[in-house]
Amino acid sequence: MNRSEIIKNYSDIVVTKFSSKMWSTFLVLGIIVYLIIAILSLDISQIHKKWSPERASLFALDTYAHKDHVTMKWSEPDDIIISFEGSRWSQYVGPYQKSDGLPERYPEWTSIGPEGETKISFKNGGFANLYDDKVTIENWPDTKETLVFRLDAQGKPYVENVDNLPKWIRVTENKIEVRPSLYERVQVYSKKVEVHRYNLGWNYFWFDFDSPLEPYGIWNAISLSFSGDRVDPNISNFSLLIQEFLNNDMWHHGQILWALLETIFMALLGTLLAALLGFPLAFFAAYNVTPFKFVRTILRRLFDTLRGIDFLIWSLIFLRAFGPGPFTGIFAIAITDTGTLGKLMSEAIENTEEKQQEGVESTGANKTLQHRFGIIPQILPIFISQTLYYLESNTRGAVIIGAMGAGGIGLQLLGAINTGTSWENVMYMSLLILGVVIFMDTMSAKVRRALIGDETLGAELQLAKMAKK
Amino acid sequence: MQSSLPENLIKIESNLKSLTRTRSIYSFLSIAALIAVIYSGLIVAETGNATSIWVGLPKFFDYPVDLFVGSWEYGYRWNLLLLEYLPDLISTINMALFSTAMGTLLAFFLSIFSSRNLIKSKTTVLIFRRIMDICRSFPELVIALVLLYLLGKSALPAVIAIIIHTAGALGKLFSEAIENVDKNPIEGLESCGASWFTRIRFGVVTQALPLFLTYTILRFEINIRASTILGFVGAGGIGEQLYTNIQWKYEADTIAIMFLLVSTIIALDYLSSYWRKSLIGLKS
Repeated sequence: MNRSEIIKNYSDIVVTKFSSKMWSTFLVLGIIVYLIIAILSLDISQIHKKWSPERASLFALDTYAHKDHVTMKWSEPDDIIISFEGSRWSQYVGPYQKSDGLPERYPEWTSIGPEGETKISFKNGGFANLYDDKVTIENWPDTKETLVFRLDAQGKPYVENVDNLPKWIRVTENKIEVRPSLYERVQVYSKKVEVHRYNLGWNYFWFDFDSPLEPYGIWNAISLSFSGDRVDPNISNFSLLIQEFLNNDMWHHGQILWALLETIFMALLGTLLAALLGFPLAFFAAYNVTPFKFVRTILRRLFDTLRGIDFLIWSLIFLRAFGPGPFTGIFAIAITDTGTLGKLMSEAIENTEEKQQEGVESTGANKTLQHRFGIIPQILPIFISQTLYYLESNTRGAVIIGAMGAGGIGLQLLGAINTGTSWENVMYMSLLILGVVIFMDTMSAKVRRALIGDETLGAELQLAKMAKK
Repeated sequence: MQSSLPENLIKIESNLKSLTRTRSIYSFLSIAALIAVIYSGLIVAETGNATSIWVGLPKFFDYPVDLFVGSWEYGYRWNLLLLEYLPDLISTINMALFSTAMGTLLAFFLSIFSSRNLIKSKTTVLIFRRIMDICRSFPELVIALVLLYLLGKSALPAVIAIIIHTAGALGKLFSEAIENVDKNPIEGLESCGASWFTRIRFGVVTQALPLFLTYTILRFEINIRASTILGFVGAGGIGEQLYTNIQWKYEADTIAIMFLLVSTIIALDYLSSYWRKSLIGLKS
């Protein structure tokens, strides 16, 4: 048989009908038209205008690095201020500074040069030197020369040796900016000089700037807590360690961990309450358990309403009653999922095998015992697997409810993002959330796999699969 | 009575009794653990909450009652508000639809590269699975908040956030669907020299498509809720309107928006469960 014969004899199988061809063409066309409309209406083309790589890279840098500021005013060249992240509350005190009786404490990357200048060493091997009347940078990459920046008679900054200026020095009328990479930055203004020195890592993560344990570092502090003399005579080293860690002023560990606990309990208690309410109600909504159609219809509609009024709106209602806090989240999750679990479980009960129940009935058991031994063993794996599934998705939900005002880690995260400066805290909290969600996810997936074999299927698909077996 | 039973029956009975005892100990322990969790959770909640539960419970109906009274006073023109907020609802649905479409597309590609029966290299599968895990585990809100800060207030950050989450969540489900397909058609295609793409097109997609569509419809429903929530934090649409009206205490407007939202979600819920059931050929 050749091709034309096949087409002639088996046209109903081989040849696609014109109408079905058109149908799929129209579908594809429709999708393309919709996507064009959506791209236009959502302003997708605007993305490159709003996206500033400079800002994004600075933001990204801030999540995993920290910076130290060195500021010198031209009017007071002796009073150099070295501070962590430019904060007034975390300033180093060094020999080149007017100290007010504070103990000397200055970072190892600063030193005093032969002419009394302050030398700042960078990771790239170069130095920035702050003199009384000039600023020099020496030994920087791409340039062997020492570049000198001074103020002219009008008080405007200029570069003394202009011949071959590297690309990474930008000279404008009022400012010279030296920025060979994201990690070093020297800015010379007409009023002051500002040096930013970036370092990888989260600084002061364990203990904050002012903590008595800060000079020891975390490992030394831990070994101190088991032996050695008391750092603070009033309190044992171990309690000091815990207290200083939790009360870290820069990372707020205590506050954040408590918020995380609140969020976890929101999800846990919300799901548990939903399970405790939904499970018995499901029996009253299933036709093979409850003969009264009236009761079943009412319960079905109740489930639909609870589920349909989204947890967002429930949390708004509960927020008014309970104020910000875990109860709002717990009840919002519990009410929504009572509806969901109730509906799923009542369907599961209706789809159970009748034979087991009949078997129990044949032994003369009453209705309650029939349900206990005829139905519950069949639906229990599905019930537990569904509850775990909702526990997992509610962990994410609790973060969101938290940000809407119910408190917990969500609210902390929202606060940190809104300040727009503490991106390392945002990163820290995001990683904590990620950790908790992944933990919940893996745990519930493991249990579900053990119970039901296929952890991803929804209740109806699980039932369909079990029925096939 | 017992002495008259044969010895093996007595043995079975004692075994049964000891099993029952172990079982009841386990049930007792799990119930005790459950109670402990609930109790400690309530303590955490009670300390963390602004208002105690006993103060809050009687006030539960205050807000709903306020809302209904407010819109009653607003009068018969209330139904016009529904029309007023319809465009916002449509823009939220648009956000969800577009991001579901894009996310599904992305998820499809991710899932192909993370299915062990299609990709021989174990490292590739592992890498793509981890990518999906990370995309899936971040709540949309976290990504959206960061992007809102970087890109300014518009629908775009929300769309990107939902796309990322959808790609991760659907990608995992898709790849499990792909791994569960019958491998005979693929082998058949391979035996007649079909290329890798042809094998996927006619051997995998044809088998997994109903499940893909099922999951996508379910995701669309979830994404409508997500885009409403993201409206609260500045992505526009009906979520933003709801937030403003709640802040301004415009009861009639609030309830109109809630009505629109709830009816959309309920309608979509029915529609999607109908579609899903017809797709997998299941009758309730």
